[in-house]
Amino acid sequence: MKLVDHFQHGLSSPICLTWELTYACNLACVHCLSSSGRRDPRELTTDECKAVIDELARMQVFYVNVGGGEPTVRPDFWELLDYAVDHDVGVKFSTNGVRLDERRAARLAATDYVDVQISLDGATAEVNDAVRGPGSHATALRALANLADAGFAKPKISVVMTRHNVDQLDAFAELADRFGAQLRITRLRPSGRGADVWDELHPTAAQQRTLYEWLVANGDGVLTGDSFFHLSAYGEALPGLNLCGAGRVVCLIDPVGDVYACPFAIHEEFRAGNVRAPGGFAGVWRDSELFADLRRPQTGGACTSCSAFDSCRGGCMAAKFFTGLPLDGPDPECVRGFGEQALAARTAGTPVPRSDVDHSRTRRGRGPVPLTLTARRPPSRPAPARPDRACDEHPLAGFVPAGTAS
Amino acid sequence: MRPEPFGALLYHFGTRRLSFLKTPQLVAVVTGLADHPDVHAALFAADVPAAQHPAYLRALAGLRGNGTIEERA
Repeated sequence: MKLVDHFQHGLSSPICLTWELTYACNLACVHCLSSSGRRDPRELTTDECKAVIDELARMQVFYVNVGGGEPTVRPDFWELLDYAVDHDVGVKFSTNGVRLDERRAARLAATDYVDVQISLDGATAEVNDAVRGPGSHATALRALANLADAGFAKPKISVVMTRHNVDQLDAFAELADRFGAQLRITRLRPSGRGADVWDELHPTAAQQRTLYEWLVANGDGVLTGDSFFHLSAYGEALPGLNLCGAGRVVCLIDPVGDVYACPFAIHEEFRAGNVRAPGGFAGVWRDSELFADLRRPQTGGACTSCSAFDSCRGGCMAAKFFTGLPLDGPDPECVRGFGEQALAARTAGTPVPRSDVDHSRTRRGRGPVPLTLTARRPPSRPAPARPDRACDEHPLAGFVPAGTAS
Repeated sequence: MRPEPFGALLYHFGTRRLSFLKTPQLVAVVTGLADHPDVHAALFAADVPAAQHPAYLRALAGLRGNGTIEERA
């Protein structure tokens, strides 16, 4: 059996998983995939978080991708970080940089086994702040400067690719060089509040091609969280795992302990259980019916007959789900154009699921939003060309399929 | 090293490189390295057929290349 087939049948433990520690956030990014803002009163306590870390250590989960919300606004964030590292559970955390002052940067530089990802969605303040909010570009750059000054080695600059920043790829690479950082780019997904802005923000078909070619030419030192595997259908397979790992090698623990198949699928349909249940996280990972379903051989549906199916495997489950497309059909950003056709074929009666989990500080469509938002295009009209968004913390980011005998 | 149905996942906490040991025999070879004078002895001890030695040596070279295993000082 090929390794990729083993992955499809699921592993004993996730290779690594995403853990959103809080729904609280100081920002209100228009494309937030977890619709974060307000803290959830049911958030896992410090002790409950430590119990989860104990379990991850027992399951030999080598590292977790920690996010939120803004994880560093949890008062116990640094305590939990130390606890995880002390138990050989490495931490890669994503932050907007709000708490990374000189003192914290110095402390991080002195801690082994921690990676920091600073989120930045525009190389310029103009492009970034339109999505992430006023001042967020300056905050991110200040954090990067503090990390560089403290001697923290190679933080990541994590960029969600949008229609407005694909043209800035070289500028992002220069920015990473300037701060001794590594660039990480991921796909915009129609998850959380991302559903509200996906139509306007996802890269155009031409930009997808640009992005693919840029990755082929410059991808060696650039991390992608394996989130662009749907672009492999252009021809050359991109490095990493070209497979949806949801529930098989990847999952998400949310701030209240709910376990979802992947970080982009916060919806009851993809909720596998809760770490507070008697079996804990291991019980959910090993015994949930949802995960058992995901690990069964999947039908590629209409995609099976496509010559690119082996490369893209039908693309991203969450991107299909939140655009109202069938899960066994093409990705909405299918590079062969089948996704566009499928989007156009939706009717007014096609249900487009919305997440039942929303911690936004303003109700959808109200309050100040630094973008011109329009209602979702009625599906009866032809949908425009749609590209995509980022597989944030794909647990396989950086994985090397080396050391394998075949 | 984490056992998996296909073999094992191997993670190096220093380099943060994750490697996949795709067969149980490769797991036996890698875990046996410390107990044998050289890689060839480890291959024989794990009963790897001679015809497969080149493939296993390539796999070990890959692990050495990414810093997961090192030549004994």
